[in-house]
Amino acid sequence: MTNFIWLAIAFPLVGVVVNGIFGRKLGRAANGWIAVGTVAAAFVVGVLSFLQVPSLPEHAQIVPLWRWITIGDFEVYLSLLVDPLSMLMTLVVTGVGLLIHIYAIGYMDHDKDVARFFTYLNLFIASMLILVLSDNFLGLYVGWELVGACSYLLIGFWFYKDSAADAGKKAFIVNRVGDFGFALGVFLIWTTFGTLQYTNVFEAAGDKPVAVITAITALLFVGAIGKSAQLPLYVWLPDAMEGPTPVSALIHAATMVTAGVYMIARSNVLYALAPQTSTIVAVVGGVTALFAATIALVQFDLKRVMAYSTISQLGYMVMAVGVGAYASGIFHLVTHAFFKALLFMAAGSVMHAAHDVIDMRRLGGLKAKMPITYWTFVVGGLALAGFPLTAGFFSKDEILAKTFEANIWLYAIGVFTALLTAFYTFRAIFMTFHGKPKDAEVYEHIHENKPVMTVPLVILAGLSIFGGLLGLPGGLGLPNWLDGWLEPVFELKNMFVPAEAVHTGVGTEVGLMALSSTLVILGIVAAWWVYLRKPQIAEKTAQSFAAGYKLLANKYYVDEIYDALFVNPARGLGVFFAKVVDMGVIDMVLVDGTAKSVGYFGRVMSRWQTGYIRNYVVSIFVGAIVIGAYFFLR
Amino acid sequence: MTAIEIPALNFAALLPLFIVVGTGLLVVVLDLFIADKKSLGWLSLFGVILAAIVGNMQQGGAGFDPAFQNVSLLDGYANFFNIIFLSTAALSILVALGYLGRVGLHRGEYYALLLFATSGMMAMGMATDLMVVFIGLETMSIALYVMSALNRHSRPSGEAGIKYFLMGSFASAFLLYGMALTYGATGSTNFSDIGSVLTAGTVAPMAMLGLGLLLVGFAFKVAAVPFQWWTPDVYHGAPTAVTTFMSVGAKAAGFATLMRLLMVSFPAFAVDWQLAIAVLAVLTMTLGNVAALAQKDVKRMLAYSSIAHAGYILVGVAAATTEGIKSVLFYLLIYAFMNIGAFAVVGVLEQKEAIGTKLTEYAGLARKNPWLAMVMALFLFSLTGFPPLAGFWGKLYIFRAAVNADLTWLAVVAVINSGVAAFYYLSVIVQMYMKPAADDAPEILPSTPATRIALAVAGLAVVLIGILPASLVDMVAKGVFG
Amino acid sequence: MPADYLPILIMLVVAALFALVALIVPYYMGPRNPSTSKSDTYESGKLPFGTARRQVPIHYYMVAMLFMMFDIEVIFFYPWAVIFRQLKIFGLIEMGVFVAILLVGYVYIWKKGALEWD
Repeated sequence: MTNFIWLAIAFPLVGVVVNGIFGRKLGRAANGWIAVGTVAAAFVVGVLSFLQVPSLPEHAQIVPLWRWITIGDFEVYLSLLVDPLSMLMTLVVTGVGLLIHIYAIGYMDHDKDVARFFTYLNLFIASMLILVLSDNFLGLYVGWELVGACSYLLIGFWFYKDSAADAGKKAFIVNRVGDFGFALGVFLIWTTFGTLQYTNVFEAAGDKPVAVITAITALLFVGAIGKSAQLPLYVWLPDAMEGPTPVSALIHAATMVTAGVYMIARSNVLYALAPQTSTIVAVVGGVTALFAATIALVQFDLKRVMAYSTISQLGYMVMAVGVGAYASGIFHLVTHAFFKALLFMAAGSVMHAAHDVIDMRRLGGLKAKMPITYWTFVVGGLALAGFPLTAGFFSKDEILAKTFEANIWLYAIGVFTALLTAFYTFRAIFMTFHGKPKDAEVYEHIHENKPVMTVPLVILAGLSIFGGLLGLPGGLGLPNWLDGWLEPVFELKNMFVPAEAVHTGVGTEVGLMALSSTLVILGIVAAWWVYLRKPQIAEKTAQSFAAGYKLLANKYYVDEIYDALFVNPARGLGVFFAKVVDMGVIDMVLVDGTAKSVGYFGRVMSRWQTGYIRNYVVSIFVGAIVIGAYFFLR
Repeated sequence: MTAIEIPALNFAALLPLFIVVGTGLLVVVLDLFIADKKSLGWLSLFGVILAAIVGNMQQGGAGFDPAFQNVSLLDGYANFFNIIFLSTAALSILVALGYLGRVGLHRGEYYALLLFATSGMMAMGMATDLMVVFIGLETMSIALYVMSALNRHSRPSGEAGIKYFLMGSFASAFLLYGMALTYGATGSTNFSDIGSVLTAGTVAPMAMLGLGLLLVGFAFKVAAVPFQWWTPDVYHGAPTAVTTFMSVGAKAAGFATLMRLLMVSFPAFAVDWQLAIAVLAVLTMTLGNVAALAQKDVKRMLAYSSIAHAGYILVGVAAATTEGIKSVLFYLLIYAFMNIGAFAVVGVLEQKEAIGTKLTEYAGLARKNPWLAMVMALFLFSLTGFPPLAGFWGKLYIFRAAVNADLTWLAVVAVINSGVAAFYYLSVIVQMYMKPAADDAPEILPSTPATRIALAVAGLAVVLIGILPASLVDMVAKGVFG
Repeated sequence: MPADYLPILIMLVVAALFALVALIVPYYMGPRNPSTSKSDTYESGKLPFGTARRQVPIHYYMVAMLFMMFDIEVIFFYPWAVIFRQLKIFGLIEMGVFVAILLVGYVYIWKKGALEWD
C-alpha cells in the first residue's frame, strides 16, 4: 500500500476537480459528500500505509513518482516519503480533516457557495499532504506555499465582507514574510548540499560547518514563525477567524499551523547540529506561549480566545522542538489537533445555533439547550487546560518535563502559562454555557445542532480523552508508544549529537505532574470563583488594573505598532512609488516610451507589409544576394 | 540484353508515406461519389493515425534501414518528425471538420490536399538526398498553394493562394540553384556524400554559395526574415483551417530538412552557417514580435507570432549541437500543439466573411464562453512561455542549448523577445477576461464535437508536457539518438 | 578561393555592359522613321488584330493544362517501354501503380466536368 501513498494526495485533488468544475450542477448535498468521500478515501490510504510502516526496511520508503525535470545537473524527482513521522501527520491531517469535512456539511448548510467551499477545503487537504509527504525540501516548500494560498482563499471565503477579505490578505502577506526566509533557507540548502532530498541532506549535514547549518536552520525557522504563528508574526491567526469556523478548525488549529513544527521536527538533524538556533526556537516558543495566553485572558470573542490559545499551544510545541524534545512536540501536535479542532467546532456549533453571535457577553446559560456541545466543549477545555489524565495533560506534561531538564526558566514560563490556560479556558466555558442568559433574544433561538455536526464533536471528544494513551510518561515506567514509533526519524541526529542521558527520576516526574495538575485545578477554580460565584470581581480587577487590562484587551497594541512601523510607511512608500516613480518615471518614460517606440516600429513594419508581391520579391532577392555574398566571400 | 538488377528498395521504410498517399487518393475518388464530406474527414483521420502507428512499429526494425538506394531514411529523427506532421494533420482535420462546415467550405479536396501535403512533409523529413528533398518540398508546397486558395469566392483567399504560389516558386528556384551548385561542387546529391567530400577537401566557394542559396530556400519555407513577407498575407487570407495546418506543418518540414542537411552535409562550414542562422534568428524574432504588437486582428497577429517562433527555433538550429537539435524537435512538437490550439479557437470564433477575428471581437469571451476563453488563455500563456506550461520548457531547452553552444548573446536576445511577445499575447487575454462584449458582437456558434476533441487534445498536451517535460525529453533523446 | 571566380564576375560585367551598349548606341545613332506597321506588336510575322487584353474562355487553360500533364505522363512511358523487358514483372507493377494514380486524376477531372466544353 505504501507504493500507492500518492493516492492520498490524488483523492482530494479529484474532489477539487469534480467540485471545482461540476460543483454547481451536482447540487449542495453532493458537493459535501464528494468532499467527505475523497478525504475518507485518503484517510483509508493513510491508515493502510501507516500499518505497513513497521515492516518497511528501516521504517522508511521513498516512493518515486516521476522525474519532473532535468536541466543539466539540476534533476528534480517528484517522490514521496513514507516514514513514521509523515504517516502520523497524514493520519492527523486526513483523520481530523475528515471529521471537519463532515462537520462542515452541517455548518455550511445555509451558505450559497458550498461547491467553492469544499473545493478549497479539498485543495487544502491535498496541499497539506504534499507538504508532509514530500521527501525533499522543494516539495515541502511547494506544499508550504500551497497551504498559504489555500488559507488565503478560505479565510477570505466570504470575500464580500471587508473584514474577511482583509484578514485573508493579512494572513497571506504575513505568511509571505516568513516564506521569504524559508525560501532563502531552501536556497542555502541547495547551494550547500547540492541536493534537496532529506536523506542526502541529513547524511551530509555532519560534514558542513556549524555556521552554515545555523544560518539554514535560522532561515527555515523564520518560515516556521510565519506559518506556526509565533512571535512576532502571529498577528494573522486571530484575524483568520473571519473565515468559516470549519476553516478555523482545519487550518488554524489542526493542520496548517502545525507545518512549522513538523518542518523543525523533520529537520531535527539540522537543528540538533545548530544549538544556537535551537535555543532561539525554544525561547521564541516559550515567550509566545505566555504572551498569547495573557491576551486570551481578556478576549470576549469565543473564537478569538481559542485563536490565542492556539498560538499559545503552538508556542509549547515550538518550545518542545527547540529543547530537542521532537517526539514530545509532535505528540502535543497530535493531541492538540484533536482537542483544538473539537473546541473550534464546538464554538462554531454555538455560533451556528446563535446565528453568528460569538461575543461571550451576549451568551451564557447555553448548557441546558446544547448539552452535546456543552459536554464536548468541556472535554476539549479540560484537555486544553491539561486536566489530569486527558490527552492534553500527557502531552503538555511531557513537554514540561523535557523543558525542565533543559532549562528551568523556560519550564517556569511553561508552568505559569498552564495556569493561565486553565483559567481562560474555563472563563470561556463559564461565560458561554453557565450563568444566566445575557441576551434573551439570542437565547430564544438557541437549539442543539444536527447529528452531522455533533457526531464529529463526540468522536473528537473521545480522542481528546484517550489520545494521551499514545504517549504515556516514560519516566514513570509506562509504555510511551509514540516515542518508539518516531524513533527511526529522530535517531539520525543521535549519530551526530549523542543524546544526553539525563533522565529525571520517577520522583521528579511525579512532582512535576503534581505541580502542574495543582496549577490547572487552581486555574479552573479561580475561573469558577471569578466568573460564576463573584462576577463583580472580574470588573473590579479590570478597573483596578485598568492600564494592564487595557494593554491586554488591545493585544499589546501589536497590530497598531505594526501599522505604524510597517504598514503605514509601506503604504506611504507604495503611494510614492505609485504616484511619482511609477506614473511619473516608469509609466511615462519607460513603459509609454518603450510601448511608443515599439509600437512605432510595429507600424513601420506594417507599412512595409504593402501586400505587393513585387516588393516582397525584392526583399527576397536582396536577402538572397546578401546571404549568397556572405557565404561566397567567406 | 542483360536484365537490370532491381536494387533493394525497402518499401517498409516508406510504408507510412504510402498509407498517407493512399488515403489521399481514396479521398479524391470517394469525394466524387459521396455527398457527406465529413466522412471523408474521418477517413483521413483514420489514415493519418494508421500511418503514425505503422511508422512507430518500424522503430528498430528493417524499416529503419536506408531505403531506395540511400535517398530516403526512416530513422528516429524522421520518425519523430513524422509524429509531428501526423499530429498536425490529425488535429487540423479535426479543426476542419467543424470549421469548414460553418463557413460553407466543406469540400473533399481539403482533406485530399492535406494528406498530399503531409506526405510531402514526411518525404522531406526522411530525405537524405537533395532530389528527394525537392520532390517532397514541391509536393507539400503545391498542395499548400491550392489549399490557401480553397475559398475561391473570397478575394483574400485567392490572393493568398496566388501570392504564396508566385513567391514560393521564386524561392524554390533559389533552392534548386543552391542544389545545383552543391552538386557541381561535390559531384553528389547524397547528403552524407556531400558531407564527406566537403569535410575532406578544401573549402569550395561554389559549395558555399550553394549552401547560401539552399538556406534562402528553406528560410522562405520557415518564414524567416527577410523572406517572411508572404506569411501574414497568406496566413490571414487563407481559410483558418488551412492556416492551422500550414503554420505548423510547413515550418516543421522546413526545419526537418534544413537541420539534417546542415548537420550531415555541411558540418565543415558550421562556423559560417552558425553565424548566418544566428543573424536570421535575431531578425526573425525581433521583427516578428514587433510587428505582431501593432496588429488589430488576432489571426494576423498569430501569423506574425509564428514568424517570431520560427526565430526562436532558429536559435536552436544555430547552436549546431546535438542538444540544439533535441531542443528544436522538442519545441516543434510543443509548438504544434499550442499553435494549432490557438488557431483552432480563432476558427471557432470566425464567422463567414472573416468576421470575428478582430481583437475587439474577443472582448467578453470569458463571460460568453468560459471554456473557450480558458483554453485560448492556456494556449496563449504557453506561446508566451509561461511556466509551467509546455511552451516554457520548449523555450528553456532552446535557450539552454544556445548558452551551452557559447551563443549566450543570442539567448539573451531571445529572452528579451519573449518578454516583448508577452504584450500581444496577454492583450488577447485582457480582451477576453477584462473587457465587456460589445452589444453588436456576433453570437458564438457552438463548436462541433470534432473541434472540441482537437481543443481538448491540444490543451491536455500543453498542460501535460508542462507537468511532465522530462518524459518527453527522454522520448526525444531516445527516439532520435538511440 | 573566391579569386578563382574572378573571370565569371568579369564575364557578368561585360555581359551587362554589352547589353547596355547595345541598347544605348542604337538609341542615339540609329535613324528613326516610325510607321504604323513598324511600331506594331511583333507577333511572329502575322498581322496582329484586336487587343491582347481580352477575355479568353477558361476552358482553353483547362484543356491546355490537362494536355500538358497527360503529355508528360506519356513521355514517361517511352523509356519505360524501351527497357520494359529487362525490368520484368517489377517494371510492370511499378507502371501499374503509376497508371492507377494517373487514373485517379483522370476520373477526378472527368467527374468534376473539366472535360465538358460548356
